[in-house]
Amino acid sequence: MLDAHSLSFIYASLMALAILLYAILDGYDLGVGILLPTDDEAHADTMIASIGPFWDANETWLVLAVGLALIAFPLAHSMILQALYLPVTVMLIGLIIRGVAFDFRAKAKTKRKSMWNKLFKIGSIISAFMQGYMLGLYVMSFETNVLAITFAVLSGVGVVAAYALIGAAWLILKTEGKLQLDAIRWCQVSTRMAFFGVIAVSAVNPVINHSVYERWFTSDIFLLILPIPVICLALFVLLDRILGQLKSQPDVGVWLPFLISSVIFVLCFFGILYSFYPYVVPGKLTIFEALAAPESLNFLLYGVIVVVPTILAYTAFSYRVFWGKVQPLSYY
Amino acid sequence: MLDTLLLSRIQFAANISFHILFPTITIALAWFLVFFKVKYDRTQHPVWLRAYRFWVKIFALTFALGVVSGITMSFQFGTNWPGFMEKVGNIAGPLLGYEVLTAFFMEATFLGVMLFGMKRVSPKVHTLATIIVAVGTSLSAFWILSLNSWMQTPTGFEIRNGVVFPTDWFAVIFNPSFPYRLAHMLLASGLTAAFLIAGVSSYRLLKGDDKKAPQLTLKVSLTVAALLAPLQMFVGDLHGLNTFEHQPQKVAAMEGVWETEKGAPLLLFAIPNEQTKSNDFEIAIPNMASIILTHEKNGEIKGLNEFPNATPPVKPVFFGFRIMVGMGLLMIVVALYFRFTLWRNDTLAPWQLKALVAMSFSGWLATLAGWYVTEIGRQPFLVTGVLRVEEAVTPVASDNVLLSLIAYLTVYVLLLIAYIRTLFYTADKSVEVEEYQRPSIEENVYA
Repeated sequence: MLDAHSLSFIYASLMALAILLYAILDGYDLGVGILLPTDDEAHADTMIASIGPFWDANETWLVLAVGLALIAFPLAHSMILQALYLPVTVMLIGLIIRGVAFDFRAKAKTKRKSMWNKLFKIGSIISAFMQGYMLGLYVMSFETNVLAITFAVLSGVGVVAAYALIGAAWLILKTEGKLQLDAIRWCQVSTRMAFFGVIAVSAVNPVINHSVYERWFTSDIFLLILPIPVICLALFVLLDRILGQLKSQPDVGVWLPFLISSVIFVLCFFGILYSFYPYVVPGKLTIFEALAAPESLNFLLYGVIVVVPTILAYTAFSYRVFWGKVQPLSYY
Repeated sequence: MLDTLLLSRIQFAANISFHILFPTITIALAWFLVFFKVKYDRTQHPVWLRAYRFWVKIFALTFALGVVSGITMSFQFGTNWPGFMEKVGNIAGPLLGYEVLTAFFMEATFLGVMLFGMKRVSPKVHTLATIIVAVGTSLSAFWILSLNSWMQTPTGFEIRNGVVFPTDWFAVIFNPSFPYRLAHMLLASGLTAAFLIAGVSSYRLLKGDDKKAPQLTLKVSLTVAALLAPLQMFVGDLHGLNTFEHQPQKVAAMEGVWETEKGAPLLLFAIPNEQTKSNDFEIAIPNMASIILTHEKNGEIKGLNEFPNATPPVKPVFFGFRIMVGMGLLMIVVALYFRFTLWRNDTLAPWQLKALVAMSFSGWLATLAGWYVTEIGRQPFLVTGVLRVEEAVTPVASDNVLLSLIAYLTVYVLLLIAYIRTLFYTADKSVEVEEYQRPSIEENVYA
């Protein structure tokens, strides 16, 4: 039996892992949706085929992340979700529309297909924007003044750009020909947008959040944590150069943009974690205060220890099955 | 005035009613797919593959609707019912956690292989993926019904400082009503899927589809329905007896028993009147309710008067129960009689096919009616004897809840229309496909 302190740490880490995996995995799904062309059905088909076998499992990481918050930190779960009541509703409706459009666009009447394509794109944009918007409000401690809302909108746009970036990087990896060249172009645009987004959010955050400022700039380990933003920004520059090269040689290092954008996601995520740890609700509740009963969390931990490695193993299996350039999806 | 409590209840009811429609189909449809696929592997007869291919499309669509409508549930515990997790989160949390960990990821990941991997993995691995998806959907039912049953008949816990703590996980998971509710729900899923398959197959036959696949799926689904429908009556009866033992106030509402009585009649019809605390327009079989519930002619049934301040609203429970039982009886008659016709004549008459088309969604009606009986019958408690509904509700402003409710309802109504239309449109398209035609690019899922 583990004590409450270790359990807080374990469950907070698991929740962080689930959120990070969600952002990367559903991030590329939503990114592909954001980038979906409305005037080129063949490309739209290929793009959606590239995420078809994965999106459902990817979205499950969100259920796990929210589930872990609900299970381990129920007080934080209800405080955060009540503060974000309407944005959560809008995001969920976005996810519903995106999720069902996947199937309806393929099975509904031909004349309705372009409507479902548009709904797929709109659902993806709404979900991505609302996730960023909620992240912004979270960073601003759920205040509702003009400054906080402006910051949240900025953050929403930033997340749309970031998802478009990783979505385009995924397409570079999975597609060929003209679509791949398009993806390289989209990736370049969204890299630059995400770059400015990250800089803006990182600059504004410590200015308006005093505790975040202290955490970063008056810390003893300033030199240890400095590499996080430095490497992150360097990776953006590197990515931009690689994309430039890919334009002329689209076969060399196709996996690099996806790898680099994943690392950027990881670094940004660590930056946010470092800014707020050990708070789970900024300024109000730490992971050590909000914990559910240790006997319940120990009971679930047996499952976690056995099942999470299994999940990672069969996820890897699934990616291996669908390895390589995308082929038209068929049920056969 | 619509307050947050009422709106939150309507919203949760709408969400969970919409959600349950799709798992009710997929839990059993997954096993039908396993059957079709294994049959094909064994016989290599293309008709089994055609059956599989048609129904896997319906499965994918239904599953997607189940997934997206399920995600909203995990958020609503926090947004609308924070008191639920505060009070019983130590029990509910791990059960939900095990559902996500052992069922959701497995279903979702292998669904990809099952839907799109047939050319990429060996036939054995593909059949295995289909089986894993089916196991996953059933496991999901296991965990969520365990939690629901615990809310009905809580055991294995103690209350310290007003919060519920687990003392015996085995008693929590296998609480008294769980085995009955799980069996009842799995059979309900089997019947829902069977009547859906029978209805859509009949629709194709009526449209002039002379291929073997719809005839075959009609036969398989009617066979399953003829086996499960009588079994469901038996299990439902056991479930009712279990409820009589553990939640007598629910049974009192189901049977319309206001005052405790011996030799209670079975009400075939009545209109319960909450004001006069009696029934109007009764049509009854004397002593029958006592015989069913106690197996004695003059057995005692506790009336609603025994449970002051703890009685559920009578009308919805009373009528819900009669709709469920009525649908169940109709299913038994139709399944047995039509299956017999099929055995005698090898084909069904057009009126029989039309009747089956009309009953395509009869499982939905019976399942929803049954859930309304059991969930409304638990009122005014969220967790019987432990937590009342009004204690759990959110402090969020009612305007916000009204907005979210309208948004959800609009989306749900549109999606339900789109789902049913697409289902029959898929059937229409399959009519035009030549028998045993090689899969063509037009049949691509996302193309």
